[in-house]
Amino acid sequence: MAKKAHITTTVNGDEYEFLCDPSQTLVDVLRNELELTGTKEGCSTGDCGACSVTINGDLVCSCLVLGVEVEGKEIETIEGMAGPEDDLHPLQQKFLEINGLQCGICTPGILVAAKSLLERNSDPTETEIRYWLAGNLCRCTGYDKIIRSVQAAAEEIREG
Amino acid sequence: MATILEESGFDASADLKVVGTNPIKHDGLDKVTGRAKFGADAFLPGMLIGKILRSPHAHANIKSIDTSKAEALPGVKAVITSADFPEKAQGTGPGDMSRNAMAREKALYDGHPVAAVAATSENIAKHALKLIEVEYEVLPHVIDPVEAMKDGAPILHDYLRTKGMEGVEDKPTNITERMVTESGDVKTGFEEADEIIDKEFDSKPMHQGYIEPQATIVDYSEDGQVEIWCCTQAPFVYRDRLSAVLDIDCNKINIQQSELGGGFGGKTGFYGEPLATLLSKKSSRPVKITLTRGEVFRGTGPVSGTSSKIKMGCTKEGKITAAQAELVFQTGPYTGSMYFNAPNAMFTRYALENIHVVSYEVVSNRPKVNAFRAPCVPQIVFGVEGIIDELARKIGMDPIEFRLKNAAKEGHTTIYGDTWGPVGFVETLEAAKKSDHYLAPVKPGEGRGLAAGFWFNRGGETAASLNLAPDGTVTIAVGTADVAGSRISISMMAAEELGIPVDQVRVKMADTNSLGFNRVTAGSRTTYSVGMVIVDSARKCIAELRRRAAGIWDVPEDGVVFEEGKCRPASSNVGEFEPLSISDLCKQTTMSDGPICGHSEMNVTGAGPGFGVHIVDVKVDDKTGRVDVTRYTVIQDCGKAIHPQQVEGQIQGGAIQGVGWALNEEYIYNEKGCLDNPTFLDYRMPVASDVPMVETDIVEVPNPKHPFGLRGVGEVPVVPTMAAVGNAIGDVVGIRPQSLPMSPPKLLEIIEHAKAEGVYKG
Repeated sequence: MAKKAHITTTVNGDEYEFLCDPSQTLVDVLRNELELTGTKEGCSTGDCGACSVTINGDLVCSCLVLGVEVEGKEIETIEGMAGPEDDLHPLQQKFLEINGLQCGICTPGILVAAKSLLERNSDPTETEIRYWLAGNLCRCTGYDKIIRSVQAAAEEIREG
Repeated sequence: MATILEESGFDASADLKVVGTNPIKHDGLDKVTGRAKFGADAFLPGMLIGKILRSPHAHANIKSIDTSKAEALPGVKAVITSADFPEKAQGTGPGDMSRNAMAREKALYDGHPVAAVAATSENIAKHALKLIEVEYEVLPHVIDPVEAMKDGAPILHDYLRTKGMEGVEDKPTNITERMVTESGDVKTGFEEADEIIDKEFDSKPMHQGYIEPQATIVDYSEDGQVEIWCCTQAPFVYRDRLSAVLDIDCNKINIQQSELGGGFGGKTGFYGEPLATLLSKKSSRPVKITLTRGEVFRGTGPVSGTSSKIKMGCTKEGKITAAQAELVFQTGPYTGSMYFNAPNAMFTRYALENIHVVSYEVVSNRPKVNAFRAPCVPQIVFGVEGIIDELARKIGMDPIEFRLKNAAKEGHTTIYGDTWGPVGFVETLEAAKKSDHYLAPVKPGEGRGLAAGFWFNRGGETAASLNLAPDGTVTIAVGTADVAGSRISISMMAAEELGIPVDQVRVKMADTNSLGFNRVTAGSRTTYSVGMVIVDSARKCIAELRRRAAGIWDVPEDGVVFEEGKCRPASSNVGEFEPLSISDLCKQTTMSDGPICGHSEMNVTGAGPGFGVHIVDVKVDDKTGRVDVTRYTVIQDCGKAIHPQQVEGQIQGGAIQGVGWALNEEYIYNEKGCLDNPTFLDYRMPVASDVPMVETDIVEVPNPKHPFGLRGVGEVPVVPTMAAVGNAIGDVVGIRPQSLPMSPPKLLEIIEHAKAEGVYKG
């Protein structure tokens, strides 16, 4: 087996060091090396979006990124979305109020993806939200309440 | 003490304070912050990683398995094959379950497990799989159920004879069972008909599509105690089946369910659990098995593919006079499709006198079927509701009027023998008729379809307990799973009964050592059944609170009433006493008779039938065969919506799953019988940009058998979906599709025919 690489990276503002096999994906490292299990693995082929995180602000499927690629990068995961003492992001609050989640397995990926959308476009149309989230599968909700939650959060963010 | 099985206490005029509101669910915070622990989110010290070697052949004799090289690989701690399982006879329940978990004599589908390893890392485990040498003798395979019924088809099990055809012919077959379901006389019924339609339909297997792959950790201790953590809809059923398959006493198997990342029926039967148990026993270390998405598609149960012939007739006045069908259900290599739901449900919602249905369940070389919302019913209703629509059109009657004319009402005796109490099919159809969607004109170039569906809703064995704490808060332990938010609904019913705010109640999914048997969380039974036992438990607590208050006040028990969370004197004649809250009474249990708790165990009955009507508008692209659903409305009778927002969510999710099944989702096998699309890229479920919002209208015709009047919710919304989409496509294309999914290649062919026949309207 190939020798493990020593990687230093930042996750949700905290510095982390880990050893990782060259074939290990970022989602594997986050979950199994750093024990940040909020990021979920649903398919390992970039089709379901459950493992969505941002790297230096770019939204990615962490199953399509290798652990060795994140040296010196800044990663944001679902665990970094709320402030201290559950000071929830408006998206998290609206998903709770509008019931934008049922089983909750896709929720971390959808929240990370939706946050990334709202940082780029604070007033997205329904169609823009639907296309932005087209890479995040949800099997429980039929998407209706997810879209409404994102719309409500966007409105709250706009109104400050 | 009387239980609510005898007297639900349902009161239509009750002033409900909690039931019918939309509080934030208690498990929500952990789910939006990433803290909720699903199947794959746990770790144990010393844990090994288990991986499964799967058959690359659809049908093959297993001549030999040599695991010696894998066992010799450093880091490998255990290798198992079927030889590690206790021998269980073929064709029995435990024999089938054992062989489905690990192939024994034969591999019966592409993806059938043949060996498993546990190693110190995933890489080592994967490498070890490559070192296992399996000698196969590849056999001819059969996947299509109609082909599997034919003489000369490859036979899966030499021992199999058809139940229901005993004595006809003593030779091996792939038909597990033939069942006749009938009432009245269809011959006379068809003679009375002015219009008769007779058509054939078929459907392919679709997968439940839960986003969380199955994951389990098993720790088999030195003294034979087995601790299991897994995502499941059926912890008690898993325990009992593991006991039967592995010869371990039930009390030595303790299952703690994790959060469940979707199931929809697909997590009612186990996969990795028996393998991880044996690997843990052999290695003396905890073993975790997490399936990959490819394994989920290849190795876990999709629904039954079907083939059906359905014939219905009606008079020109619109009375359906007879209904006849022959149904074939594909079950994978072992029985268990629950196909009998279909003959019992396919026409039920219409008051028909003359019905004759012959059903066959057939084994074939694909993964064993697992349940999915309303098992085996939606793909048959796809045909029934297509014919209903066509009959209505033939006699020139509005499709809702036609359904209303035949709708079953209170007092109807069904084909399965139940006589209904109050039911809401007429109310649901009436609401559909008045809906904005039905009244809005169809947009130019679009088609509109409508269909109706029914599900029994279920009860069954349920046990739970409710405990009062000194501060007046309440904990509830349940043995069912929470598939979509039942914890909050259960909390709400307890809060309503106890007269306290919902945030003072917390529900915990207990492990199997802590409660009596609970049947699977499926069939739209959970909120209904757990609601029954929790209300019963709360009433037992209230009786005890009254008794304690009476003791403190030194008055008779009937001098104390319980209102709004407090014991009060029943009248001024009883005396002047300050009310005692739950907290007041629970703080002094040391001085009285000890803790105050209620528990209840029932085989819950009285589930009320549920009905839904779906209205769909579609646009069909005649160049590509793509269908866009432009508007979707569901009208459904839920009895009483405990948490309306959650009910809407269940309905919306079910409908969109049905849209996927209607338009895209299918298992595609190649000529070797191997699954060609075991990824989310090639097995295309609906994504956010594929679908519109789903409008919902909740009808509430209460079920008086339940304290709050509820029926089930989760199964009904997928039952009429494909039929409604099919009717909408038929409306615009001019020919109603008869094959699921209605995917672009099939639709292009239909559009071509429709254009040639001059019926195309798009």
